[in-house]
Amino acid sequence: MQQELIEDALYDALLAAALFARNPTRFGGIKIAASAGPVRDRYLDFLKHCLGPEFLSRKLPLNIADDRLFGGLDLSATLQAGRPIFNRGLLAEVNGGLLIVPMAERLSRGLAARIAAVMDRRRVCVQREGFATESAADFGIVLLDERVADDEQVPAELVDRITFQLDLEGFSYRSLEDAISLFELGLRDDGMPVQAGLSELDDGIIHALCTTAMALGVDSLRALSAAKRVSEQSALWFSRLTVTPEDAAIAARLVLAPRATRCPVEPEETSSEPQPPADCAPSDNDRTQTEQDPVNDKSDPALDEPTSLENLNDLDEVVLGAAKAAIPAGLLSQLLSGQTLRGRGSGSGTSGVQQKGGLRGRPLGVRSGLPSGRARLSVIDTLRAAAPWQKLRAGSTRYPLSRVKITADDFRIQRFKARTETTTIFAVDASGSSALHRLAEAKGAVELLLADCYVRRDQVAVIAFRGKRAEVILPATRSLVRAKRSLSGLPGGGGTPLALAIDACLQLAHSIARRGETPLIVMLTDGKANVGRDGEPGRERAQSDAVRAAQQVAMCGFTAMVIDTSPQPSEAAQKIATEMHARYLPLPYAGAAEVSRFVKAMA
Amino acid sequence: MAVAFPFSAIVGQEEMKLAMLVSTVDPGVGGVLVFGDRGTGKSTAVRALAAILPKMTAVVGCPYACAPDDTRSRCEFCSQLKKQQARLKTHLIPVPVIDLPLGVTEDRVVGALDLERALSAGVKAFEPGLLARANRGFLYIDEVNLLEDHIVDLLIDVAASGENVVEREGLSVQHPARFVLVGSGNPEEGELRPQLLDRFGLSVDVKTPQDLGSRIEVVKRRDAFERDPQAFIEQWKKEDNKIRRKIAAARERLESTSVPDAVLERAAELCMKLGTDGLRGELTLMRAARAYAAIQGTKEVMSTHLKAVATMALRHRLRRNPLDDTGSGVRVERAITELFSA
Repeated sequence: MQQELIEDALYDALLAAALFARNPTRFGGIKIAASAGPVRDRYLDFLKHCLGPEFLSRKLPLNIADDRLFGGLDLSATLQAGRPIFNRGLLAEVNGGLLIVPMAERLSRGLAARIAAVMDRRRVCVQREGFATESAADFGIVLLDERVADDEQVPAELVDRITFQLDLEGFSYRSLEDAISLFELGLRDDGMPVQAGLSELDDGIIHALCTTAMALGVDSLRALSAAKRVSEQSALWFSRLTVTPEDAAIAARLVLAPRATRCPVEPEETSSEPQPPADCAPSDNDRTQTEQDPVNDKSDPALDEPTSLENLNDLDEVVLGAAKAAIPAGLLSQLLSGQTLRGRGSGSGTSGVQQKGGLRGRPLGVRSGLPSGRARLSVIDTLRAAAPWQKLRAGSTRYPLSRVKITADDFRIQRFKARTETTTIFAVDASGSSALHRLAEAKGAVELLLADCYVRRDQVAVIAFRGKRAEVILPATRSLVRAKRSLSGLPGGGGTPLALAIDACLQLAHSIARRGETPLIVMLTDGKANVGRDGEPGRERAQSDAVRAAQQVAMCGFTAMVIDTSPQPSEAAQKIATEMHARYLPLPYAGAAEVSRFVKAMA
Repeated sequence: MAVAFPFSAIVGQEEMKLAMLVSTVDPGVGGVLVFGDRGTGKSTAVRALAAILPKMTAVVGCPYACAPDDTRSRCEFCSQLKKQQARLKTHLIPVPVIDLPLGVTEDRVVGALDLERALSAGVKAFEPGLLARANRGFLYIDEVNLLEDHIVDLLIDVAASGENVVEREGLSVQHPARFVLVGSGNPEEGELRPQLLDRFGLSVDVKTPQDLGSRIEVVKRRDAFERDPQAFIEQWKKEDNKIRRKIAAARERLESTSVPDAVLERAAELCMKLGTDGLRGELTLMRAARAYAAIQGTKEVMSTHLKAVATMALRHRLRRNPLDDTGSGVRVERAITELFSA
């Protein structure tokens, strides 16, 4: 068998493609996380090879307009015929085939929801531009995920509806090439799998899949159905007449493991393992390390103990074990370090709050109206609106000379969605309790951020607090020179007026928001407040004031982040972060480079 | 989608099913808003509901499917017809459940000039839109929080007035558009405009079932349905028919179901305690409780009925307190226990 000769993770990736290719529309789709390059291309070639040479596939451009996605008025045909002519959309055209979505992490929520709705119904219903039609749109979707940072995520509504998710990062071209030739060799040895009537799924198999899903914290019921389908397809693939535990194990590895939101490990075990606390983006280093060593996970007795489940029978354990071994390495380290996997809000990889109605940015569809200073005329859509009427208006004397007869009703204006600028507010604790060198690091981080501000069109402001006051030492700016000058003279020492600092942040954030920009508050502090709002010393009073101020930030819904600068992660800073609904990052030895990296990921 | 999953075969999700039944029995309750996780069967339930509704009587040929005995909001077509014939011809039709797909354009929602006829015959004719088709039925919006703003504006107005007024492309048309708004969505995708929120009578939160038994059952039933939809529907037909009869009987009883003053007082107290804005909460609560009593087959609304529907009727009407993380559903329940134990 070829199976023993291929590395587990690679074998699973190839098997996923092979199973998916047997029935792409039934499986819904496959998500491939990899940067563009030879490895991904080779894998896609393999997938295409499995599907057969003639298999229909279409690419989805991210900026597709609704009329091309669903179908709409065909402008030139309509003008020619003098009656509305319908043009099928991409989703209807790809019926029975494969829809390929490059850069799926940049897909907007709206587009994702539209595609998801069509996937659910397996039909497109068009209700636009005078048309009311329905056509079949049953397709498999290939989501090419190229994300690098954590805040870019393929929209969850699509991921939920597909079956397979894999990560090709970490495979070398060479190993993939070898694995594919071995895999294909195996195909020839086994002969092509026969499509036979499969006997009904055993209750034990369903039980095992459901138990495993629960143990891994896989909530969605769609994932369960997908796992069931994969186990059946797997049985067919291996020319079996019934679904065996082996097939269930394959389903658990391919479908359930990548969706794990918790690790079935005793909690004590987790805490004893020192994990890098702020490992947001697992480096390639530790990814490959765990990858090379999947057996280690399997044999680790700690990992074999499920947490909340009793009465596990043998089958359940086999399937659960298989799934655990297949949890992707990067995901595993995240789960073990207790990080939540839910992205920050909607996270389709956009920065800044999106604002509608501007004159710049991504087009957001058209509506009828007259062009003015705030709205730009959309020529094509105006023509389109006028098109069907040309014959009718030809008889009228109202348009004596013009070739194209247009009335005020036809005017269409383009709306845009512009990304607003982000202004990062740094609140730097310059008190005695935060050691002086921290201040230097904060300064460094600000400078690093500013260095690439030009590209990002973002701004930075700095608030310093010490003694009895918090002051804006650097108003929002994009100027590096100015920032350097005002930061260089910043003294340190004195008490920690945390509440005052938060109040100052809030005030500044409000004024930034009023300008139409998005504020991001970053506090560098150890959280040990000892000066109250009124400037009087007193630890208890200062703490409660700070908590109240933090709640205010949460109430206003500003995005915030607390970087704990104390040598040991402190409860005080953590509490402030929680109250602020802020992200908490203990960075005891953070250098300027790290701080700026995290802030960039957040903005 | 060719066939819908049988309503009675949906595992669990009792609150969602109850809310849908209540709004079916008394459309006056207002729509249902279903918020919840992905893959919990929100849209499955709505489509299943469409299949289970008892048929309704409508005037033959009326584009708005008017009821023959409705004199109050008779449409243009029926008024014309009535002048010609004393008795309007009627037929039984399925209750419309109309999908409002994302990406829908304004002209298809409200209706617009019929291009085909305008061009070929030069006739200025109105082509009814989705609001017309949804009259007396349900208008379903999946991913309601992703609906574009200008479409939301249209819906807010029509849902409140029950009448669609079209003034565009030289047309001036009014027609009845009374429908039950059903929306579903995922709270993570954004908030709903408060005005739109207010148009929904009931609101339910759905979660994926967390016990192994029901999860297994869900997978098994889904599997059976996918294997052979017809056989599966046949298997559940009896149960579905039972619910259909229940709806019909409850509708009959609804008028005669009385609301004692004591219960009215309780409802008012509850709303006061929770500080819900305006009278709409109280009214919805009353109507929902009455519909539930009619479903249960009792002649009088009792406090148990009130309790059963209070959470779904009031949950989305509470003032938001950003400092209080407790879900509003929990707050309603807490108020109920306090009130009814006292």
